[in-house]
Amino acid sequence: MTFTLDEIYETARMILFEKLDIRTTTLGINIKDCVHSNFQTFLNRVHHKIVKYGKVLTKKARQVEIKYGVPIVNKRISITPISLVMETHAKTKKFLQMAKTIDNAAKESGIDYIGGFGALVHKGITNAEKILIRCLPEILASTERVCSFINAGSTNSGLNIDAVNIAGEILFETAHKTKNGSGCTKLVVFVNAPEDNPFMAGAFHGPGEPDFSLNIGISGPGVVRSVVEKNPDCDITQLAEIIKRTVFKITRAGELIGRELANDIGVPFGIVDISLAPTPLPGDSVAQIIEAFGIEKIGAHGSTFAIALLMDAVKKGGAMASGNVGGLSGTFIPVSEDAGMAEAVEKGALTLEKIESFTSVCSVGLDMVAIPGDTPPEIISAIIADILAIGIINNKTTATRIIPVPGKKAGEKVFFGGLLGEMPVMEVKKLSSSKFMKRGGRMPSPLIALKN
Amino acid sequence: MEKELIFITVIGRDRKGIVASISNLLYRRNLNIEDIVQKIIKDYFVMAMLVDIKDSKCSFEKLSKDLVELGKRMNLIIQVQHENIFKMMHRI
Repeated sequence: MTFTLDEIYETARMILFEKLDIRTTTLGINIKDCVHSNFQTFLNRVHHKIVKYGKVLTKKARQVEIKYGVPIVNKRISITPISLVMETHAKTKKFLQMAKTIDNAAKESGIDYIGGFGALVHKGITNAEKILIRCLPEILASTERVCSFINAGSTNSGLNIDAVNIAGEILFETAHKTKNGSGCTKLVVFVNAPEDNPFMAGAFHGPGEPDFSLNIGISGPGVVRSVVEKNPDCDITQLAEIIKRTVFKITRAGELIGRELANDIGVPFGIVDISLAPTPLPGDSVAQIIEAFGIEKIGAHGSTFAIALLMDAVKKGGAMASGNVGGLSGTFIPVSEDAGMAEAVEKGALTLEKIESFTSVCSVGLDMVAIPGDTPPEIISAIIADILAIGIINNKTTATRIIPVPGKKAGEKVFFGGLLGEMPVMEVKKLSSSKFMKRGGRMPSPLIALKN
Repeated sequence: MEKELIFITVIGRDRKGIVASISNLLYRRNLNIEDIVQKIIKDYFVMAMLVDIKDSKCSFEKLSKDLVELGKRMNLIIQVQHENIFKMMHRI
């Protein structure tokens, strides 16, 4: 036998009992070649291209899933940022038509989410981008699968506060157009957004990408938690080592599946995103990894250090396993999507400010965070600005997915359903920063950007 | 011709007829068992069969489905995976 039974059992156990899966296979599709002066022709081309490749993706992913016995949970598509292809058709009505077309194409091809209906406005906003962003509330409320993003800053260009101010307003508006503010779960506000991120809602097929790119997002919080629990007394150095070894193995599985799927579809393989991605299912929680380290509840003092340790070990294991690590490759700590995080909020262990500090040592930031529905847009913008500033100064991706929940106050529970999970609404400080935020303009790029 | 190897992993309570039932299913599909190992890991009976599917009379999907169903009937978990995943995860 070329492998020991323990090795074979380890792989089987990870999949069967510890929820190892491929969280997403996301096919990036360039739609710049679909642009046409006749808008109906443009729509037809976009629809045709998405349906054609979406169907191939879902079919081939199923075959690879069976061959390796590893579930591929989500099959998704990301497209060229829509603002880039709609400049000559920049009318509210046309943006709505395009969103409906993309939504229908995703539905027809069995794709649950399609990303890219957003804009890169890190230095400034064009007229077309302004129109697009202003109609996002209507789009997020009237479509089911379309996901949107706004890249509001980058380390090289600074932070576009005008865009952040608009983001607060449209989140407020979107929340009040959708049940429990759920439209906001489909909108990510970034800085330093990666062009090859496979994870929704912020995935888009960046302008620097080829015609197609197949990107993989692996999962595995359950696998990491299990190995941590099996080593309750080892020291911190050893703890980092065992996590690194485990992440190496799961990333290798992701690399194999990604390469084979890309080959079967006939498109280039892009990247493996090594982010640990939790779900609300029991045991599939990043918070529970931190708690298995020996922390009573995530949010306790020591949690930021614990996430930093976890993140570093994940990156080292993942980077050794794949030559194509990319995307966000951090650790997701969405609150409603991680039962351990939601429980920590409920018990009073985890506050908005503590998650903000986590952002400095992992990616994403305030992800799937429900806040009171009456939070004014300028306070939402200020919360976003805090998270994005961490990304700008530290030369990394940070993002927010904040959900104001209409009619709910801090402490009341909100159910988003399915993989989006549930959580208590989190408390937000009511002190105003609006005079500062209303100054508008752009925070200049930081000194760290002057590298040449 | 090069072999195409898969691993069939069986997890559950030890009982009579496990090897016989699986071997019979494989024989009917013209598949050769290359190797078998088994032991008790943490109270579980764990067995792995290495099988060459190069001459298989049915698709991987059908074979996998039949084996998983056989497992359900015998109260066992049966996992079918191509050898490549073990190569990637356990060998550099």
